[in-house]
Amino acid sequence: MRGATQARWAACAVAVALAATACGGGDDSGGGGADGIVSSSWGDPQNPLEPANTNEVQGGKVLDMIFRGLKQYDPKTGEAKNMLAEKIETTDSQNFTVTVKDGWTFSNGEKVTAASFVDAWNYGAALKNNQKNAFFFTQIDGYDKAHPESGTASTDKLSGLKVVDDKTFTVKLSQKFSLWPDTLGYPAFAPLPKAFFTDHDAWLAKPVGNGPYRIDKYAKGSAMNLRKWDEYPGGDKAQNGGIDLKVYTDNNTAYTDLTAGNLDLVDDVPASQLKNVKSDLGDRYINTPAGIIQTLAFPFYEAGWDTPKAAKVRQGLSMAINRQQITDQIFQKTRTPASDWTSPVLGEEGGFKKGLCGPACEYDKAAAKKLIDDNGGIPGGQLKISYNADTGSHKEWVDAVCNSINNVMGNNRACVGSPVGTFADFRSQVSQQKLTSAWRAGWQMDYPLIQNFLQPVYYTNASSNDGKWSDKKFDDLVDKANAETDKAKAVSTFQEAEKVMVEQMPVIPLWYQNGSAGYSDRIENVALNPFSVPVYDQIKVK
Amino acid sequence: MGRYVIRRLLQMIPVFFGTTLLIFLMVNVMGDPIAGLCGDRQCDPATAAQLRAEFGLDKPVWQQYLTYMGNVFTGDFGTAFNGQKVTELMATAFPITIRLTLIAIVFEIVIGISLGVVTGLRRGRPIDTTVLILTLVVISVPTFVTGLLLQLLLGVEWGVIKPSVSSDAPWNELIIPGLVLASVSLAYVTRLTRTSIAENARADYVRTATAKGLPRRRVVVRHLLRNSLIPVVTFIGTDVGALMGGAIVTERIFNIHGVGFQLYQGILRQNSQTVVGFVTILVLVFLAANLIVDLLYAVLDPRIRYA
Repeated sequence: MRGATQARWAACAVAVALAATACGGGDDSGGGGADGIVSSSWGDPQNPLEPANTNEVQGGKVLDMIFRGLKQYDPKTGEAKNMLAEKIETTDSQNFTVTVKDGWTFSNGEKVTAASFVDAWNYGAALKNNQKNAFFFTQIDGYDKAHPESGTASTDKLSGLKVVDDKTFTVKLSQKFSLWPDTLGYPAFAPLPKAFFTDHDAWLAKPVGNGPYRIDKYAKGSAMNLRKWDEYPGGDKAQNGGIDLKVYTDNNTAYTDLTAGNLDLVDDVPASQLKNVKSDLGDRYINTPAGIIQTLAFPFYEAGWDTPKAAKVRQGLSMAINRQQITDQIFQKTRTPASDWTSPVLGEEGGFKKGLCGPACEYDKAAAKKLIDDNGGIPGGQLKISYNADTGSHKEWVDAVCNSINNVMGNNRACVGSPVGTFADFRSQVSQQKLTSAWRAGWQMDYPLIQNFLQPVYYTNASSNDGKWSDKKFDDLVDKANAETDKAKAVSTFQEAEKVMVEQMPVIPLWYQNGSAGYSDRIENVALNPFSVPVYDQIKVK
Repeated sequence: MGRYVIRRLLQMIPVFFGTTLLIFLMVNVMGDPIAGLCGDRQCDPATAAQLRAEFGLDKPVWQQYLTYMGNVFTGDFGTAFNGQKVTELMATAFPITIRLTLIAIVFEIVIGISLGVVTGLRRGRPIDTTVLILTLVVISVPTFVTGLLLQLLLGVEWGVIKPSVSSDAPWNELIIPGLVLASVSLAYVTRLTRTSIAENARADYVRTATAKGLPRRRVVVRHLLRNSLIPVVTFIGTDVGALMGGAIVTERIFNIHGVGFQLYQGILRQNSQTVVGFVTILVLVFLAANLIVDLLYAVLDPRIRYA
């Protein structure tokens, strides 16, 4: 009898436990509820939250909400429109005069002036401040003095920036760049209040900006509560009461919370849930193009890969990849087979050209094998594709790409995946040129310009040209395009440069990535902008 | 007794240095963490060099280790890459994980030992067989399966709990995660107790106690259980450290921002300051738990004496 009693007691303990948990909760976290607050999933930002120091999506999301810069990218078309800029004028594509609109303040009441921009940019560029996005200011004259490649900086001010009066400042670039004003929508160019410089630690603990939201509470690493800023002077006022960002240890848990009605918005549907997402959410699932392209990169510092024959081999490898099948089956159509080196979010006018790559990016078994075999086979005898195994489920598609290539070559060992434990280790191998065969690469645009898809990644010695590809003809065309004052002409010259890439195939374009998100039936008017970040300020609570 | 404790404490010193050095080296061979800080883009060399200097990564490993240990003794555990002090991270993560561990331990003690006693006294009966099968199932199903299943059933289907724990992680929200975390150990505790009780049930002192006419409850609790607890206490003691460090899976599933989450982040970002700091504390917890277990032996069995 005693045994039975004790068993019953244990059962009761569990029951009590369950009941207690059931009673718990119902506080401010969870599904929002009051005053039109939207709860959304978040990841822990990797770097301190400063405009020029934030280079990943999670921190970028917050900056998007609390800052407005000179320009703002249209959430639908990606077009750069004036926000705080009254006008940006130039006669020679090199010297610009920027006039800042009147009537803008930071949420602490401080006025936004020309100096707010100049100070912020100087801070971002100065070497001593360790800002990871400092290279955004490379085009401004004097950057090499404030941020030399090695050694110490002789100054921490950019000589190309001059405040004329409260509303006006001038910018001198080190060379002509007609599309430069269109880059100013990037968060790194946001203005900063005086408080940022006078009490930096306090500012970092609770950043103050000039956007439609202000930060109400920030518990680092776990949650941030943003509330609508009522005095926001811009046209894009927040349509909801605020956003509660909640850090998730795993995006699967965020998705589970969404389906349980405990969360309003998940902006990264985990790959493992893509099969269920239609039945779980119906039309509350968004899958739209984002400014991200994924590619296979090659080491041009290795003699074997830097030959005219190897270029043909790369074309052959490109033709050996069945993009359509992989995007359909592995990615459940959240990727689109790539046929140029940009992204559909640019639009035709912005430089996206479907099919620019031509047959070199189309699956053709026979032609692929012939091209590779006729040109001496794969350098080193085997294609090894390195990837980081910790995030992003890269293993699956790398294996699929290899399968596709192996099928074409009729050899099970022609291509193998080569996993690297962590992203940091993977990046350090890439940047130290330790990889001797292909690796997964990708490019997420900083601003919706064709220039951004080409110059930083493929120009000789450019900041993200990890494979060290170098081609004089390509470089010349890029220079020519940048000097072009007519936008349409600049775009078509960039496309000329892209045609060089079809011949040389410095990286194999794989697919354009889509942004995916899911939301609860409590909210509506949810969309992703071209950067695959939700347009938070336009979300409405039913 | 005093001398024994002092000797044990002194033994901890080399263990402490050895483990921290090992962790330090392991994180270091993983490569350059700065490379991962700039995303899919290369950090510009000047900034990277400056960051390396700031985190002391430009010095040889032995020097980094010495500086690090020197700082640790002044209570400075360094700074994580996102600019937060590691001590700050610890202050938020440890209380949550300690709560979770306590809940798990309570489950182990209450449910595990009770079931063990019941089955140990009733060997071969239906309840014994049932519990044996149940514990076998629990042991063989991985924690993440149990966790995801409970989350799906209780959280999504029946709506009894919230599928994820909120960021303050109050006690009541941690009960189910605690149960999940405890599940495997709980099954072991049950089995250990059962075997131990069954073995001792036929011992002379039990027969004597029964013959003296003591009530059965007193025989079981004061005589039989107390003598049978030594292996169980050993197991639970070592489990404290294992639960705290091994909560990664449970914490991930239920979105608990505890030690496991911070360690996981630290490893992904190759942030040696975070990883070494947290592991250092875990090592201390482990050592302390072991010492307490050893001291408890004497309480349970007075024949065990420490000189």
